[in-house]
Amino acid sequence: MTKLETSLLDLLREDCRLPLEKLAVMTGASVEEVAEAIDSMEKRHIILRYSPMINWDLTDRERVEAMIEVRVTPQRDMGFDAVARRIYRFDEVKSVYLMSGSYDLLVLVEAHTLKELATFVASKLSPLEMVTGTATSFVLKRYKEEGVVFENEETDRRLVISP
Amino acid sequence: MNYEQYLNRRIASVPPSGIRRFFDLASSRKDAISLGVGEPDFKTPYLIRDAAINSLVDGETQYTANRGLPELRQEIALYLNGRYGLSYDWSTQILVTIGASEAIDIALRALVENGDEVLVPDPSYVSYAPGVTFAGGTPVPVTTFQKDDFRLTAESLERAVTPRSKLLILPYPNNPTGAIMEKQDLEKIARVVEKHDLLVISDEIYSELIYDGHTHVSFASLEGMYPRTITINGFSKAFAMTGWRVGYACGAEEIISVMNKIHQYAIMCAPRQGQVAALAALRTGRENGYESILAMRDSYDRRRRLMVSAFREMGLDCFDPFGAFYVFPSVSRTGLSSEEFCSQLLQEKDVAAVPGTAFGPSGEGHIRCCYATAIDKINIALERMADFVQHHL
Repeated sequence: MTKLETSLLDLLREDCRLPLEKLAVMTGASVEEVAEAIDSMEKRHIILRYSPMINWDLTDRERVEAMIEVRVTPQRDMGFDAVARRIYRFDEVKSVYLMSGSYDLLVLVEAHTLKELATFVASKLSPLEMVTGTATSFVLKRYKEEGVVFENEETDRRLVISP
Repeated sequence: MNYEQYLNRRIASVPPSGIRRFFDLASSRKDAISLGVGEPDFKTPYLIRDAAINSLVDGETQYTANRGLPELRQEIALYLNGRYGLSYDWSTQILVTIGASEAIDIALRALVENGDEVLVPDPSYVSYAPGVTFAGGTPVPVTTFQKDDFRLTAESLERAVTPRSKLLILPYPNNPTGAIMEKQDLEKIARVVEKHDLLVISDEIYSELIYDGHTHVSFASLEGMYPRTITINGFSKAFAMTGWRVGYACGAEEIISVMNKIHQYAIMCAPRQGQVAALAALRTGRENGYESILAMRDSYDRRRRLMVSAFREMGLDCFDPFGAFYVFPSVSRTGLSSEEFCSQLLQEKDVAAVPGTAFGPSGEGHIRCCYATAIDKINIALERMADFVQHHL
């Protein structure tokens, strides 16, 4: 990673709609260098996509989220990766992490309704032969994600003019 | 009742801060975007806040030693040594104060006598000249120019020195200009200081906010300058701790002990929780390579470049400010004075900047814009300013 790449990631993570010209000014590089660096990071799968952070609670979309702790039997030669792959292929699964501690995989699942989510766990996840147990916890409220606080906007408490 | 006859004439004679009037004006406009602030837009890193919270939970609510918590002074000594190569004995040469502001005030009061002249680069932070007057001295402005990137030059300094000159205030990186002094610039100043047997108050509160490969050089680290320098620094800018009010002064034992005399009678000690927080700031910084400072500095630098480039695009002269978090463009091309520019900009475009004249007469023709504000707000403010400037060119 070059210093330019690191700076670009910092900036894009905050606002991926910043135009190339502004990115160039802020990093002290040329527009071409910035375009090249971003292109290269896309090709290397460092940047996977540019998506907004959405507060779904303020939309009218019905949505249920759960975090499922999954205990599994690792596969010979493949370890946990093969199991994780079997699980993350389901569309309902938003994230999968291999964890240290009392369970193996943490699976974040999203569905439209509680029933849909329950069906997913009961008829898709649990029956997998390598899954030995699950514990499902529903998300009740999101407070902060990716460094963004979801509650009321924080105000600037600074004096408007100070020496 | 007529209070005139009771009031201290010397203090009453100092005009109210030029910032004050503008503050009232800007405060009345609720939706204005302010580029007029003089503090970080970051909050104090949570680790530091947490240390102060724990100290309250543990009931640490007593006075500390007058000079500050010993552990804090030890950390300050380590910090100054590690960052700037300065050696101060924590027990006799370091005094923890209520912000760098108190340090400046008591340094002036400890040194200045009636009739003494104190050399103050102009434009500069608003409190130096009044502080000199309060202490009974006469502030002598030393004009700095955009053509020199607002650095203090030996020639200007030499011209301002008189037999009554006692002290030079050296405020770099500078508020409001963002100017820095490189080692070779400081060395020339050092020669003048030596020649005229001056003492120096080096206010280095912005020492950590310096960009584009430049490094901060502490004046006391120059040959021969250690015994002549009172180094002042603090936590407000580097660690985003403005409201905690913790700073410090370091220097010769003899001077620090006189400063401490004023401090102990007037103040007793800096607030304990502020000191605890400052201690956490330095300790964690030393352990993690000052990562919070580095992250904030990177973030300021990007916004600095954005602002400088936008002003130049508007057709305004803008020198490259390598320090602090201010840009100090010239608005003279618009034909407006600093005051007119800022008032009209506020009224017409709801953007607040500070007239350069608030920082001394040689700030005329310039405005101070602070880039410690969210990028999206800076962008909106800059677009509005571009409109405004175009209309006046």
